[in-house]
Amino acid sequence: MTPRPKTCLPLLLAAFLPAAAAPVHVTYWEKWVGFEGQAVQTVVDRFNASQDRIIVDYYATSQIDRKTLVATAGGDPPDVAGLHEQNIATFADAEALQPLDGFIRAEGMTNEQWLARYYPVYARICSHGGHIYAGISTPAVEALYWNKTLFREAGLDPERPPRTLAELNEFAHRLTKHDPATGRLTQVGFLPQDPGWWPWIFCNWFGGSLYDGHKVTLATDPRNVAAFAWIQSFTQYYGLDNVKRLSSEFGPWASPSAPFFTGKIAMVFQGVFYDNYIHQYKPGLDYGVGPWPEAVPGVTDFAMAEADVLTIPRGARHPREAWEFIKYVNSSNPGARTREELGGAELLDYLQVKISPLRVWSPFFTDHNPHPHIAMMRRLAASPRATSVPDMGIWQQYYREIISAYDRVRLLDATPEEALGESQARLDESWARYRKSLERHGQWAALGETPLR
Amino acid sequence: MTRAEKKQMRAGLGFTSLWILGLLAFTAYPVAASLYYSFCDYSILKSPVWCGLENYQQLVHDSLFWKSLRNTLFYAGLSVPLGTALALGLAILLNCEVRGRSFFRLLFFMPSIVPVVASAMLWLWIFNGEYGLMNGVLNPLLAPFGLHGPAWLADPTWSKPALIIMSFWGTGNAMVIYLAGLQNVPHELYEAAEIDGASPWQRFRHVTLPTIAPVVAFNAIMALIGAMQLFAQAYIMSEAANGNGNASDGNPERSTLFYSIYLFSTAFQDIRMGYASAMAYILFLVTALLTWVAARLSRGSADDAL
Repeated sequence: MTPRPKTCLPLLLAAFLPAAAAPVHVTYWEKWVGFEGQAVQTVVDRFNASQDRIIVDYYATSQIDRKTLVATAGGDPPDVAGLHEQNIATFADAEALQPLDGFIRAEGMTNEQWLARYYPVYARICSHGGHIYAGISTPAVEALYWNKTLFREAGLDPERPPRTLAELNEFAHRLTKHDPATGRLTQVGFLPQDPGWWPWIFCNWFGGSLYDGHKVTLATDPRNVAAFAWIQSFTQYYGLDNVKRLSSEFGPWASPSAPFFTGKIAMVFQGVFYDNYIHQYKPGLDYGVGPWPEAVPGVTDFAMAEADVLTIPRGARHPREAWEFIKYVNSSNPGARTREELGGAELLDYLQVKISPLRVWSPFFTDHNPHPHIAMMRRLAASPRATSVPDMGIWQQYYREIISAYDRVRLLDATPEEALGESQARLDESWARYRKSLERHGQWAALGETPLR
Repeated sequence: MTRAEKKQMRAGLGFTSLWILGLLAFTAYPVAASLYYSFCDYSILKSPVWCGLENYQQLVHDSLFWKSLRNTLFYAGLSVPLGTALALGLAILLNCEVRGRSFFRLLFFMPSIVPVVASAMLWLWIFNGEYGLMNGVLNPLLAPFGLHGPAWLADPTWSKPALIIMSFWGTGNAMVIYLAGLQNVPHELYEAAEIDGASPWQRFRHVTLPTIAPVVAFNAIMALIGAMQLFAQAYIMSEAANGNGNASDGNPERSTLFYSIYLFSTAFQDIRMGYASAMAYILFLVTALLTWVAARLSRGSADDAL
């Protein structure tokens, strides 16, 4: 059949017209699955619908740090990698990440202006060696959770959590129960090993530091030693055998048999995300959320924060478009008055039932937040004394050393001085070796000139 | 080489060329490259900087290197001989003419095909200090002495023995190979031994064992190589039993910090690929040495038995 001229003419004209640019596909690797993954997908969909130049493709990815590292080394990284905060320094020093400074400048802002939008602790998390390497995706802040029912049973005021370290110790003792027949522990007020993810924070809580900007101070700061002595005091008080047997009864932290849910532990330090799990695994639990008790006299606003972050790996194919997405997730609509008007960070954090890392919160996010203790969590996140992991490229190793020392101390196999001293010796060597490696690659001078976290 | 042989050679190389290319690209090159990197300060994304023997010198002074090597040798030293004895014993029993022999062979073989992650999760429960099957059996026996079973994976003293016990779960593989070996022992030898008045133990010692010695040596060496590379179950179970987040450091107290775990965390958490490469070559040398010793010992014992 011969094509008719009327049909051919528009096709010919279209061939000479400038073609509409096809949208750029940005690959986004992120660790979340379940309802938190659905929240990320909703934010991705909202971003994709907000413009027609970029389509973000979300891939739920396990072991994201290792996979990002290997993909980056192989020259085929994702455009956006959702890493953990503790990866930033190590990955940045390994030249696995692109600094975001240039993109921020292109927005007409300085790094300081960009970071001033966040609460201080999250601003520190985003930066390393004077550069910004990350935006925040999912912030967390840790607080004291207590079981009000167990408080009542122990004759304590269920509305009044411990306010000082001495009170925490006293309450912990009063909340401890033994089986009268066997003498075995059936309930403890507090046990530092639950959940056992962040024993390092106890050092900061006691006023100590892990790194002074030049060297490791794990064993040389006496306040760290005091924190580990405090950790050990619980095993000494309860008895090693009792602790081992009781902790064998603890199920995984995110399960119905978690000790806080089964009433085996009355007080725990947990993150903003813990409410989600309480509602899932122990609905109806009567619990309270409060600030960290005062461990250093006068320091009433101590807090621990952490965050998952969005980064652009080196060699990403679409860094500019990746930045557009990171910028979206790290912004919000401050005037939002309905759920539909929420944008970026607030939309993600609303759906994941967490806090926003940004200082300015919209009226809807503030007033209709689904988190029952959002005001307390915001207060802790905003605290100038909120702290996170040290900004060190050897943090992964440092963390393993702390866990090892912590095990030895809580299992009464070493004194705090011995355990921390041995870890300090290994870390001194590691830090010296790490600095030497950075010097070899011409990086130490640039890092050393800037104040470190 | 004749023209026909040359032609045949070219055809053979042609057919195997893809495999040869794959071997060169994905095995030979990485092996050679990692040897080079073991002499470099290398973090995978930055250019390697030659540092001579520095990585190897640091290994000598690295207390965790020695600890992980000790842990691994302890595990291999107990799991390989005990596992070999158990597999051989099961094979001998299942080689007898008993009712339901096929069923029992299947029963003992099946655990060895369970994926390692699934079996690790199962054994986590078996070793649970309070609710676990192991202490469920042990506690009534220990109770008259005022004792109770240990916390196993949560106890630095018992975590390695727990993993050794768990390793017996996979003896089915070796058992099947022993069964094949036992079935190949000529019956005439047993008949001759019986006529000579040999007892069952003497028949086993002087007929069965020398005949299947190559099979024993093969299984023992394979088990040794596997034990030296122990990773998955220890990695999963130490973290799950001790709840230390993402530490993956052989908790508690690094009692299950095996060589491969330390190598892995050095490479993929600390991003020290040069140092990890040096560790890999040391592991290769240690394994090669132990394999050579095992091969020598098995040859000697086979000769003695004859």
